[in-house]
Amino acid sequence: MSKTITIDGLTVPFREGQTIMDAALSAGVYIPHLCHNPEFKPHGSCKLCTVNVNGRNVASCTLPAVEGQQVLSDIAELNAERLALTQMLFVEGNHLCPACEKSGNCQLQAVAYYLGMMSPHYNHFYPQREADASHPDVMLDRNRCIYCELCVRASREVDGKNVFGLSGRGIKTILAVNSASGLLGDTDLAVTDKAVQVCPTGAILVKRRGFTVPIGQRVFDHLTIKDLQTGGGHE
Amino acid sequence: MSEQSDRGPLPIPLPPVGEGEVVSPAGDAKKIRIATCSLAGCFGCHMSLLDIDERLFGLIKLVEFDRTPLTDIKHCGPCDVGIVEGGVCNAENVHVLKEFRNTCKVLVAIGACAINGGVPAMRNNIDLWECFQEVYQYEGGLDGGQVPNDPELPLPFDKVHPIYEVVRVDYFLPGCPPSGDAIWKFLTDLLNGREPKLDYEMLHFD
Ligand code: SF4
Ligand code: SF4
Ligand code: FES
Repeated sequence: MSKTITIDGLTVPFREGQTIMDAALSAGVYIPHLCHNPEFKPHGSCKLCTVNVNGRNVASCTLPAVEGQQVLSDIAELNAERLALTQMLFVEGNHLCPACEKSGNCQLQAVAYYLGMMSPHYNHFYPQREADASHPDVMLDRNRCIYCELCVRASREVDGKNVFGLSGRGIKTILAVNSASGLLGDTDLAVTDKAVQVCPTGAILVKRRGFTVPIGQRVFDHLTIKDLQTGGGHE
Repeated sequence: MSEQSDRGPLPIPLPPVGEGEVVSPAGDAKKIRIATCSLAGCFGCHMSLLDIDERLFGLIKLVEFDRTPLTDIKHCGPCDVGIVEGGVCNAENVHVLKEFRNTCKVLVAIGACAINGGVPAMRNNIDLWECFQEVYQYEGGLDGGQVPNDPELPLPFDKVHPIYEVVRVDYFLPGCPPSGDAIWKFLTDLLNGREPKLDYEMLHFD
């Protein structure tokens, strides 16, 4: 008999070694997440995936599933905290969606829609962050980076290149590029690299592809991120 | 519509005017008074308001407009609802915004600029003086141009801010601009005494 946990009362099976997030995703149960991508090892930084397990709040993308765990996820208290975390991500960067090529296809924006974010709520930092247009095919706009390290992981683990890294701490963290000049154009990054495809936001964009899909036909125009990430249909 | 946050529901509930469709209040019941303005915005949200098209005729039976770009009234009297487009980019914006907050029972931030600064906030990471020089002096074809310096001009701020960073805001209606349908849904909810709620496909930050 396979082992199970419950998520919001629903019985969910898991295999040994799976995290709560893995088990949820395989069962088509949506737990909001941003820094997690099932193709990569968990990072556990955004905390959006926080669930309540047997009374304690933990990141579901890093916690291994254990027989009999009672998990609460889709509850008002946790969704309010997820909303607050999402709002903080908006104000600590510069997210001007109307001018962003990722708009409509962006996971940060889609999570905000899913959580019903009507405003960023907190005072904006309007931080000074550098954009880097030195690469012939790829644009890096740090204003939209949420430090999920997916590009870092993809470049190291899939592309075998190590193009990106985070440097600095706390609010001073920046996404660094590993070249002597610090410029993307001086790395061996190729437009076909996994690191370029994996960014959940508009921080890494392929050049000359902006606004090619009309409004109304973009990924999240009709489909919620929950539908997309759990393979659910359009409700 | 208001987030699950510290922003409360309607401070003073508006009179309900029937369920579903907006219906004309019986007899000469008092009309709901609405004021609107555009601060650091492009009037796109106002254009979108006009996009509710023939539904305007139904709306006009229920509401009357106080200060708006449509009426040419210069200052707000007491209003039920104030709708503010655009962020705050200069001293005059603050005066207008405070007048709206002081005279309107319910204050609504409409559009991306009122909610996060929007496109005007793209100047927030550029030194203001450099920005002015670029626009008024260095841009091609501006030989001998100078940065306007008339005392009548409002004092510009070094950064553009959303209106909720200056006054309390009761409701947010995002979009750049929100569609006519989203505005209609919002207004009919509000006028019918319901908590305004946008469907998923009406909620857009762009
Ligand atoms: S990255 Fe996403 S949230 Fe940020 S500006 Fe672009 S679309 Fe908006
Ligand atoms: S550039 Fe994109 S993938 Fe890389 S850390 Fe920033 S948000 Fe994540
Ligand atoms: S998805 Fe688990 S911490 Fe980001």
